Amino acid sequence: MENILECRNLAKKYGHFVALSDVNLTLQRGKIVGLLGPNGCGKTTLIKLINGLLEPSSGELKVAGNIPGMETKKIVSYLPDRTYLNNWMKIKDFYQYFAEFYSDFDIAKAYDMTSRLQINPNNKLKTLSKGTKEKVQLILVMSRKADLYCLDEPIGGVDPASRDYILDTIIKNYNENGTVLISTHLIQDIENILDEVVFIQSGMVKLHASVDDVRIKEGKSIDALFREVYRC
Amino acid sequence: MPWILNSDRPIYLQLVEHLKYLIISGKFQSGDKIPSVRELAAEASVNPNTMQKALAELERENLVYTNRTSGRYITEDKTMLQTMKADLAKKEIKDFLTKMEHLGFQKDETVTILLELTKDEVPVLYH
Repeated sequence: MENILECRNLAKKYGHFVALSDVNLTLQRGKIVGLLGPNGCGKTTLIKLINGLLEPSSGELKVAGNIPGMETKKIVSYLPDRTYLNNWMKIKDFYQYFAEFYSDFDIAKAYDMTSRLQINPNNKLKTLSKGTKEKVQLILVMSRKADLYCLDEPIGGVDPASRDYILDTIIKNYNENGTVLISTHLIQDIENILDEVVFIQSGMVKLHASVDDVRIKEGKSIDALFREVYRC
Repeated sequence: MPWILNSDRPIYLQLVEHLKYLIISGKFQSGDKIPSVRELAAEASVNPNTMQKALAELERENLVYTNRTSGRYITEDKTMLQTMKADLAKKEIKDFLTKMEHLGFQKDETVTILLELTKDEVPVLYH
């Protein structure tokens, strides 16, 4: 089966600023991958390129063999770093919206997660706290049966108990076909659920390895390695 | 017993150890069917591929076997489980002795203290 993501000599410049340069990255299907790096290193730029919100300055990026576009949007479920949902809409309206928009959206699953997280689907988005808003967005994204999930900082504002539930949901959702790409700073919290990590530094891929290989080779956790590599 | 995975060693090795503890402590008994990879992974909050790797390791050590149609089972070889239990006891005691050595106690001193303590415990038991 083809790789879910392939980047070849991928670069992105904003004016003179180089956000990503010479990124060569291949992700297989059926993996949970952590996209790690300090602030401003290019994580969100890469995720936006995958989702077709940005165009590469040079090089190539393919999702399941296709250049990002209509075909790839059907199979990529994207949690952006900031919300695009309308504040005045009710949660249940979003579910209806997504169900009409994406054929792979499982509305029953969305309601199930909503009740597990004790959220009232009749509430309007603007009445929710920051953490609850994040949960709603995550429900929307994880209720799709996608081939690639791109989660940009999914658990930052969420309390630890809900964080556990969300990570649990990611594990349970996992299937052989699907890959989950998670960008986060909360490495310790997600380290155990990752297959692989990608370290990005100043727009370049510094490391791409399996979590247990890193532990065998370096004798330390990903969290400890991160602190060492990116020491300020 | 909660799954505590916090050391810097490979996660799958920590899972192997924990699964062995579950077998030795009798949570999983000889001949028992064990939960699916997915269930175990969710319980331990780890990646299913990592849990798969841990179970494969247990299989390699013949502690677990796969029945092609119905799942994974704990070995029915009770002698083997006994040996594993004894090995673990030895390892724990060796670790303990090393720790005591670091504190400056020779082996015979440690044993003396141990005997003293367990002797004291006997009357307590019969109170």
